[in-house]
Amino acid sequence: MDTGGTPIETHPGGVVRGADRPARLVRLVTSPLALALPAAVYLGLFYFYPMAAILQASFARASGGAGGAGAAIVAVLESSATFKVIAFTFYEATLSTLITLAVGLPGAYLMARYRFRGQGLLRALTAVPFVLPTLVVAAGFNALLGPQGWVNLGLMSVFGLPAPPINFVNSLAAILAAHVFYNTTIVLRLVGDFWSHLDPRLPAAARVLGASRWRTAGEVTLPLLTPAIAAAALLVFIFDFTSFGVILVLGGPTFATLETEIYRQTVYAFNLPTAAVLALVQLGCTLGLTIVYTRLSRRVTVPQTLRAASETRRPLLCWRERLGAGLLVTLLAVLLITPMLALAVRSVTQPGRGNGPGAAASGFTVAYYQALSTNPSNSIFLVPPQAAVGNSLLIATTTVLLTLGFGLPTAWALAGRGDASRNNADRRRLADGLDALLMLPLGTSAVTLGLGFIVALNRPPLDLRASPVLLPLAHTLVALPFVVRSLVPALRSIRPRLRQAAVVLGASPARVWREVDLPLVGRAVLVAATFAFTISLGEFGATAVIARPESPTVPMAIYRFLSLPGALNYGQALALSTILMLVCTAGILAIERLRVADVGEF
Amino acid sequence: MKKLLIILIASLIATACAPSAPAGPRTLTVMTHDSFAVSDNVKATFESANNVTLQFIKSGDAGAALGKAILAKGQPLADVFYGVDNTFLSRALSEGIYEPYNSPILANISDAFKLDPSNSALPVDYGDVCLNYDKGYFSQHAIAPPTNLEDLAKPEYKDLVVTENPATSSTGLAFLLATVGHFGDPAYLDYWRSLRANGLLVVDGWDTAYSTDFSGSAGHGPRPIVVSYGSSPPFEVIGATQPLIDAPTAAIVSDGSCFRQIEFVGILKGTPNLDLAQKWVDFMLSPIFQADMPLQMYVFPVNSKAPLNDTFQKYLAIPAHPAVVNPADIAANRDRWIEAWTQAVLR
Repeated sequence: MDTGGTPIETHPGGVVRGADRPARLVRLVTSPLALALPAAVYLGLFYFYPMAAILQASFARASGGAGGAGAAIVAVLESSATFKVIAFTFYEATLSTLITLAVGLPGAYLMARYRFRGQGLLRALTAVPFVLPTLVVAAGFNALLGPQGWVNLGLMSVFGLPAPPINFVNSLAAILAAHVFYNTTIVLRLVGDFWSHLDPRLPAAARVLGASRWRTAGEVTLPLLTPAIAAAALLVFIFDFTSFGVILVLGGPTFATLETEIYRQTVYAFNLPTAAVLALVQLGCTLGLTIVYTRLSRRVTVPQTLRAASETRRPLLCWRERLGAGLLVTLLAVLLITPMLALAVRSVTQPGRGNGPGAAASGFTVAYYQALSTNPSNSIFLVPPQAAVGNSLLIATTTVLLTLGFGLPTAWALAGRGDASRNNADRRRLADGLDALLMLPLGTSAVTLGLGFIVALNRPPLDLRASPVLLPLAHTLVALPFVVRSLVPALRSIRPRLRQAAVVLGASPARVWREVDLPLVGRAVLVAATFAFTISLGEFGATAVIARPESPTVPMAIYRFLSLPGALNYGQALALSTILMLVCTAGILAIERLRVADVGEF
Repeated sequence: MKKLLIILIASLIATACAPSAPAGPRTLTVMTHDSFAVSDNVKATFESANNVTLQFIKSGDAGAALGKAILAKGQPLADVFYGVDNTFLSRALSEGIYEPYNSPILANISDAFKLDPSNSALPVDYGDVCLNYDKGYFSQHAIAPPTNLEDLAKPEYKDLVVTENPATSSTGLAFLLATVGHFGDPAYLDYWRSLRANGLLVVDGWDTAYSTDFSGSAGHGPRPIVVSYGSSPPFEVIGATQPLIDAPTAAIVSDGSCFRQIEFVGILKGTPNLDLAQKWVDFMLSPIFQADMPLQMYVFPVNSKAPLNDTFQKYLAIPAHPAVVNPADIAANRDRWIEAWTQAVLR
C-alpha cells in the first residue's frame, strides 16, 4: 500500500487546471489511495499483523513441524464434526438473517416513509439491544419466556395447564430470537436511512403510469433499495455467523458454531493448530461472502437523486395507515423492547420467597441502585457506577472519533466515483479488495485476535498489551465496517454530475467534499457514528484484550457482579444493565441531535 | 471530549515512544484471571512496605489467562501470574512458564495443597465444587433433599438438576472430575447417562446455571439443584438484600461428592523484578492476604494461620473427603473424558 509518491495525472472530473504545488498536494491527499491509507495502516498494524503472528505461532505448535501443521489442517478439514459445525453455522446464520430482514424491512419502511410521534425514541430504543451483554439478555428472555417466566406463568394460570407450554430455553428458537433482538437495528438503520432519502417521485410516477402498488414496490422501490438491503443483510449475516455468547448461553451446549468451537479449542483444549484452522475457515467464509456482496452491489447500485428525509416523510393520514403503523410498532416493541423492560422491572423489584420471577415480584425497591455506590467489601475493583459509565463513554467517544477518522476517507475512496482516469479499473479492483479486507475483523474470533495482540504487540514501540488504548483500537476494528457500510451506499448514489458541476464551477476537491458530498451523506454519517458508539459501549473486551480492572467499562462491571453469588450482586448487575440501557438511549438521542453540515436542508 | 481524546492519543504516544524511566516507586505487574479481587488496604499494605506500585491485569477466565501467559513466554506480560487451578496446572508446568520459588511460608501450608514438588506453582487458595440445593423447594414439596451423587439418578429428583458443560466451564469440569474420582473410569459415564435419562439440564457456565436456572438464587430459575461451590450458601447470606437468619441454600458435602479446586500463583520466567515478585508471592501466602480472600474471591485460605470470618464458620460446610483425581491423570485424560462425556450426555 505504498501510495505516498504516486502522482495523480488527471484531475477528478477531467478538468485540468494550473499544476501549482498546493493544488497538486491537495489532489494527492484526496486521491482514493491516499484517503484509504490511514485505515490500511491501522488495519495492518492492529489486525493483519496480530492475526498473522497468532496463526504462525499456532501452527508452529503442531507436533511434527511444517508437515505436522499440514496434517493438522487436513485432519480438521476432513473430520465430519467440522463439517457439521460449519453446516450448522450457515444454517443458523441464514435463518437468523432472513427473520431479521422480515422483521426489519417493514420497520425500515415505516421509519423511512412516515412521520409520527415518538419516532426518534423508537429509533433509539431499537438500537439499545446492541449494547447489552448476552447474560443480561438471557436473563431478560428468561423473565419473559423461561419455564417460570411471565408468559408461561400467565398461560398456565389462564388455561389451567400443569406444565409450562413454551419450552424456550436451550432451543434453536432462543438463538433466533436473540439474533433478531440484537440485529434488527442494523436493518432499521442501514435500510431505513437509505429509504428515507429515496426520491418518492419515482414510485409515484410508476403509480401514475398505472403500475399496481405491488408492482411499484417490486420493480421500482426494491431495486433502488437493493444496495442498502444487501449491505444490511451482509452485516447481519456475519454477526450471526460469528455469534458466540448467544449460542452458548441461549442455545445451550448442544449447539456448536465455528466461533464456539474456536473458543473451546483455544481456551479449554489449548489445541491451537486446530483452532487456527477453524479460524481460517471462518475468515474464508467471511471473505467469500464479502466478495460476492461487493460484486453484486456494484452491479445493482444506481445513481439517483437523494432527497432530504424531511421531504420524503409524511404523517400517517387515514385509519388504515395508523392501524398498520400501530401494529408494526407493537411488533417491534414486543420483539425488541419487552425483554429490556423485563430487565428494568426486575432491577427495581424486591425478590420474595418462592419460585419464578412472577412469584418473586413482591415490591418496589431501589436497594440495588443504592448498593452500586457502596463498596462494603472495600475491593479495589468495585468502582461506583458513574466511574464505569465514564470509562465506557470515554472509550465509546474515542471509538466514534477513530472510526469516523478512518472510515470517512476510506468510504469516499471506496465509493470511487467522479474520477474518469485511465487507471480507474485498477483502482476499483483495489477498492473492492480493501472493502473485503475491512470486513475481515467482523469474521474473526475475539479470542484469536486477543491472543494475536499478545504475540504481536509485545515489544516497543508497540508494547500495547496492557495499555488502555488497546480497547478503543480493538472496538474500532469492529465498528469500521459498519461505518463504511453506512456511508458507501449513500456516497455511491450521489450523481457524478453534481460533483462535476461543482468542479467546473471552480470548487477544489476538498470543497466538493465539504459542500456536495458531506451534506448529502450527513445523515449516513450520523448512522455510522451511532453504530460506532453502540458497538463500543456494548463490547465486552475481556477476551479480546487485556483488561485493566481498576477502570472497568460498564459491561465488565456487569459481568463482575454476575460472577458472584447472592441476591444483591444479581440485583446490582440488573441495575447496572438498566443504567447502561439509559446511557445508550441518551447517547443515541444526543448523536441524532447533532447536525452535520446542515443535514436535511439540501 | 476533545481533551479526553488528546489524553488518549498522548498516552498512546507515551507508551509507544517513551523509554520506561524507573523513577519513584517500581511497578510490579500481576496478571490474574477475571475473578481476582483484593481489598484496598491489603494492597496498600504491600505497596507501602515495599515502595512499589501494584498493577493488576485481568486476562480472561483461568484457561484464557493461561493461554496468554503461555503465548507471551519469553516476553512475559507480567511479573507474576495468579489463577491456574489444579485442572490446568499440568499444562502450565509442562509449558515451563514459571520460575521456581521456595517460599518460606510454604511451611504453614498443608502438603495436601502442594501439587507441584518443584514449587514453580505455589498453592494460594481452594474452593470445593459441590451440589447446592434450594432448601425452600424441598420443604415446600415435602421431599428430602439429595445427600450424595447417586441420589440424583432417583425418580424424585427428575428434571431438578442443572450442571455446567465441562467443555466450556471450569466448574463443570471440576464436577465431571468429582464423578470420575468417585465412580472411576469408565463407570462415571454410566452415571452421567442415568442423569441424562433423569432430565439433567446442561448449560454453558456457572453464571447461567446459578443465576438463571437455579431456583435458590436471586434469578429464581426453575431447578432446585445446581452444581456450584461449597461456599455459595454463606455468600447467599452475606450477599442478601435483607439480613437473613438462615442460608436459603445448602451444599452437599458427603464423601466423594465434591471436587476441590486449588488455585496457584507463580513467578513468570524472564521477569526483571524477581526480588519484588518473590515478595508478592510471600505476601499472597501470608495471613493478611489469605484472610482477605474469602470475602473478595469467595475462596478459602491454604495457610493454616489465616483466620476465617464468623459467617463462614457458621454456614460453610467443608467436605471432609472430596473426590480425588491426581493432576497427572487429569492432564493425560482430560480431553478424552470431556469428549466421552459430550458423546454420552449431549449427543
